[in-house]
Amino acid sequence: MHESPFTGFRTLLYKEVLRFWKVSFQTVMAPVLNALLFLLIFSHVLDRHVTVYGDIAYTSFLVPGLVMMSLLQNAFANSSSSLIQSKITGNIIFVLLPPLSYHQFYAAYVLAAVARGLFVGCGVLLVALPFVELSFAQPLWILTFAVLGGAILGSLGVIAGIWADKFDQLAGFQNFLILPLTMLSGVFYSIHSLPQLWQDVSHANPFFFMIDGFRYGFFGQSDVSPWLSLAVVGVSFVLLAALTLAMLARGYKLRA
Amino acid sequence: MPFCSASREADPAVSIPAIRIAALTKRYGALQALAGVDLEIHQGEFFGLLGPNGAGKTTLISALAGLVRPDGGTLEVMGYDVVSAYRKARRALGVVPQELVFDPFFSVRELLRIQSGYFGIRGNDDWIDEILASLDLTAKAGVNMRALSGGMKRRVLVAQALVHRPPVIVLDEPTAGVDVELRQGLWAFVRKLNRDGHTIVLTTHYLEEAETLCGRIAMLKAGRVVALDSTANLLQRFATHSLRVRLERPQAGVELGGVADGEGWVAFGFDAYAEVEALLARLREAAAGVHEIRLGEPDLERVFVEVMQRA
Ligand SMILES: Nc1ncnc2c1ncn2[C@@H]1O[C@H](COP(=O)(O)OP(=O)(O)OP(=O)(O)O)[C@@H](O)[C@H]1O
Ligand SMILES: [Mg+2]
Repeated sequence: MHESPFTGFRTLLYKEVLRFWKVSFQTVMAPVLNALLFLLIFSHVLDRHVTVYGDIAYTSFLVPGLVMMSLLQNAFANSSSSLIQSKITGNIIFVLLPPLSYHQFYAAYVLAAVARGLFVGCGVLLVALPFVELSFAQPLWILTFAVLGGAILGSLGVIAGIWADKFDQLAGFQNFLILPLTMLSGVFYSIHSLPQLWQDVSHANPFFFMIDGFRYGFFGQSDVSPWLSLAVVGVSFVLLAALTLAMLARGYKLRA
Repeated sequence: MPFCSASREADPAVSIPAIRIAALTKRYGALQALAGVDLEIHQGEFFGLLGPNGAGKTTLISALAGLVRPDGGTLEVMGYDVVSAYRKARRALGVVPQELVFDPFFSVRELLRIQSGYFGIRGNDDWIDEILASLDLTAKAGVNMRALSGGMKRRVLVAQALVHRPPVIVLDEPTAGVDVELRQGLWAFVRKLNRDGHTIVLTTHYLEEAETLCGRIAMLKAGRVVALDSTANLLQRFATHSLRVRLERPQAGVELGGVADGEGWVAFGFDAYAEVEALLARLREAAAGVHEIRLGEPDLERVFVEVMQRA
């Protein structure tokens, strides 16, 4: 028998990863299939007519966006659904009774969300590769934005999962906030193709910077500077992490 | 090393109460769930926490476990404040919750390994095997939680509370909806834990269970402790013995202050056995014709009813 302070955190992370891995057909395969359908339909309709950044085929442009969108949505789904299920079934007490700190609690849920996001993102990328020509100009940027984006959505998932008392409240959060923000973030188009007004509106959406920075990693080109994107995404993460940690520290809705 | 709890032999440790609760208050909206509870439970005790539905038993336990934030007061487990020293306090406490909750994603063994990990313990399989055997769950170790019966799930809850060998174990109605065999098995196990030095706190609505198991009892009503004493003292203080006699002439018994049941039996209440002799003598004088005699011991149920009425 060995005892260590990190074991608690590692166990919670392991349990959260195992939770989605055990049902990976639903949590990984299904979103990958979803993205593949998007890809087939859009590329069929648009590939011959549209090019982006001069000479990049639309499908090639689309793939990183789809990868990131799937990654973000699944990172959110992971922490939010895990928490609300545990709250509603009551088994959340098993993580509230042990001597885990709220930092450990936060890190475990968010890292598991990042892990699910990365699994899904890699899956989408793998099934898309046969259909497109893709370069990996700046792999480090790819990884940075993937992890930060997953962490942001993982945090949002923790907030939503703790705040929502019922599944339909969570669905509301997902359908009225997460989905529009990801859809309108330039997954399907370069914002330079938009009228000026909508370009400005897009710049108010942090999701735009996640996807734009992520795409920079593939093409070495993007709508805005990757450093600007990194700054926006980094600051967003820090703010959200601080908010989530403050909620957890107070025991908001978890420790009545 | 069967249990690493502080035992009764470790003298300096005994002066630290297993549980110390002072001026504990908790309000839910307009409802005062706990209205100032003071309670000290010593190491090695088998303690009963009784009270009607809604008295505040689960709220008190939740506050102890850090699941509920009290409005006022302090709580300590083995001398550790549950807020400022929450890690040590939680390590010292094992809670079997009242609700039958479980995680449907895992098997029994997976769940117990995970629960050990949360408490910072790896490689706990020897102890897990021992708990599983004690709770008659060995055959179910590899089975998914969903596939267990309600009673088995209840036993897994007990197992989960014990993975980290807590010196203090709180069981919130562990026998609700549990069959006789399991109930007896569970009590045998909990008694063994108590003999090995664990402090046991129990809530139950089966008062005979509390009477036979608990050395000391607190009764809670509307968030207040309304009685707190050793089980023996409570029985003596509140309850009366009873004498039931089957008489030739029940009417003669009724004239002496007994209560007839219409089938020849008449019941008398009394405080001390010395009164029995005098009572029998008077029945003889009245030529009541005694056919049969039964003595009734005072029981906790009567004490409970009386305490709740007075409070
Ligand atoms: N989360 C909550 N929100 C509002 N009221 C609550 C909450 N939890 C408990 N209560 C109220 O607090 C009071 C005490 O409840 P508690 O669960 O502690 O009772 P109990 O003694 O455990 O009862 P039982 O024997 O039925 O388990 C009850 O009136 C209950 O309705
Ligand atoms: Mg209760």
